[in-house]
Amino acid sequence: MALGFTLAYLALIVLIPLTGLVLRSASLGFPGFWHVATDPRTVNALKISFGTSLIAAVINVIFGIIVAWVLVRYRFPGRRIVDAIVDLPFALPTAVAGIALTALYSKNGWIGRWLDLIGIKVAFTPIGITIALIFIGLPFVVRTVQPVMEEIRKEVEEAAATLGANRFQTITRVLLPGLQPAILTGFALAFARAVGEYGSVIFIAGNLPYVSEIAPLLIVIRLEEFDYAGATAIATIMLLISFFMLFVINLIQAWSRRRYGYGA
Amino acid sequence: MDVRVSGVRKEFDRFPALHDVSLDINSGELIALLGPSGSGKTTLLRLIAGLETPTEGKVFFGDEDASLKSVQERNVGFVFQHYALFRHMTVIDNVSFGLKVRPGSSRPSKDEIRRRSSELLDFVQLSGLEKRYPAQLSGGQRQRVALARAMAIEPRVLLLDEPFGALDAKVRKELRRWLREIHDKTKHTTVFVTHDQDEALELADRVVVMSQGRIEQIGTPDEVYDRPNSPFVYSFIGESSSTEVQIKNGELWFDGQALGISSDRPDGEGMLYFRPHDIELIDASNRGIAGTVVASRRVGATRRIELAIAGATDHVEIEIPADHPATETSRIAFRPKHWRVFPKS
Repeated sequence: MALGFTLAYLALIVLIPLTGLVLRSASLGFPGFWHVATDPRTVNALKISFGTSLIAAVINVIFGIIVAWVLVRYRFPGRRIVDAIVDLPFALPTAVAGIALTALYSKNGWIGRWLDLIGIKVAFTPIGITIALIFIGLPFVVRTVQPVMEEIRKEVEEAAATLGANRFQTITRVLLPGLQPAILTGFALAFARAVGEYGSVIFIAGNLPYVSEIAPLLIVIRLEEFDYAGATAIATIMLLISFFMLFVINLIQAWSRRRYGYGA
Repeated sequence: MDVRVSGVRKEFDRFPALHDVSLDINSGELIALLGPSGSGKTTLLRLIAGLETPTEGKVFFGDEDASLKSVQERNVGFVFQHYALFRHMTVIDNVSFGLKVRPGSSRPSKDEIRRRSSELLDFVQLSGLEKRYPAQLSGGQRQRVALARAMAIEPRVLLLDEPFGALDAKVRKELRRWLREIHDKTKHTTVFVTHDQDEALELADRVVVMSQGRIEQIGTPDEVYDRPNSPFVYSFIGESSSTEVQIKNGELWFDGQALGISSDRPDGEGMLYFRPHDIELIDASNRGIAGTVVASRRVGATRRIELAIAGATDHVEIEIPADHPATETSRIAFRPKHWRVFPKS
């Protein structure tokens, strides 16, 4: 009963729209599809989308772990407020974030003006895109790693210490490997979210074709040109790449769950 | 390795957990720290390990002041109540962890680490489970892994914090006997914390009874059971009953008559402590403590009865043979065979 409901629900919400997408792009025929897929503009947009998403997710993993650690282990005034701030990127309309970030990082913005002095341009470059993606992805890592971290007993660290492990060894050999499944989940979520992100990026990206044009924007551009088949073709390629990456991450997780008997 | 705790005081946020505790542990001894929760026993164990630092006082390993050393340098084997195994490591990796993290100069070769770890697993009767993960083991097996892991570093002292606390009764008993065997073989100086008096009395060479951050009594199981030195120890270890008595001219008086029990306490009021089973029933006409039976329960081979006693608000419990004809409301008189009198608190 529950299974039947789940399948029907998933079909309605996820599968049917996606099938529609693939079918629509199929109307191009294979040569047409191939033409869209190998178009340098498409290829560049995909490269930028997946490249910046990957970098953003990696950075989010590193700093997300640190943020989660501080929230779990440190007691300081205002901790609850900091804890709430982490969720803001979830709640904020992404366009608002995009506009704010653009204002900050543009040539005469608060931060951008200093970066400009040392010759770093952020707004309207892939760096700007990456910053926007870091912003929207952070809570995914923090919120998946945090609960698992809370479960780590202080005793495990103490056990490592009595066995002679220094702090560095305890972190790299005991704590991080124990968090690996959760970290992987956080990474996958942040990455997936970043690939699909649109609102915050288009403001800061500058959207120069071949340089800072992301795939979701290219889809919108095709739509505005009434090239529905072309739009769905790019979407289908994104779908395939994303599905493949998430599938691989899932495999790694299943493998670690089998080994440790737990996992996020 | 001798361990000496000298004048240690520990406060947590100004709340005192240990007051001026001193304890000498001889090399090779198996010592139990026994007390109710909040008595400071775990804090004392953690201080010895270096997981806590004393507010005042020192801990010596042999002649060496261990208080100056970090946990890592103290080289103690610590076993936690909830095992604290590294769940992403196999059993053998858990056991060899302590050797693997040693700095290069003192780290044995890979083969040597492997050999020693397998030997230890053999020793704790877990050979064959090397490749398992902790999640795939039972509680008793996990605690054995934890012990093997602690022993792998060739610790100077072995410290166990309620090692059997999370296990069910049967496994607990098995492991208890097994730990004693291990200790007899390895002769590690061992300190373990427990709130279970049976565990302490059965396992330990000496028992340290603690209450409210202080050591109440240190002694062999016989000493603390037969000659408790305070009302707390009397009531915490084994069953005990007590009743108010008067002391007059070096003799105990109860309800206006002398009991025929002498005491070297000064005249005044006192509390008479005895074991409920360690009494003799006497004729009501004789000198003794007499009371009316208000409740009677069959407990195994004996019958435990509660007596309402003249002048006492609390009932007194004694044990009588199961076939004794006493029923509720009948009168019974008795005299303790062994007892102690403490000042009335």
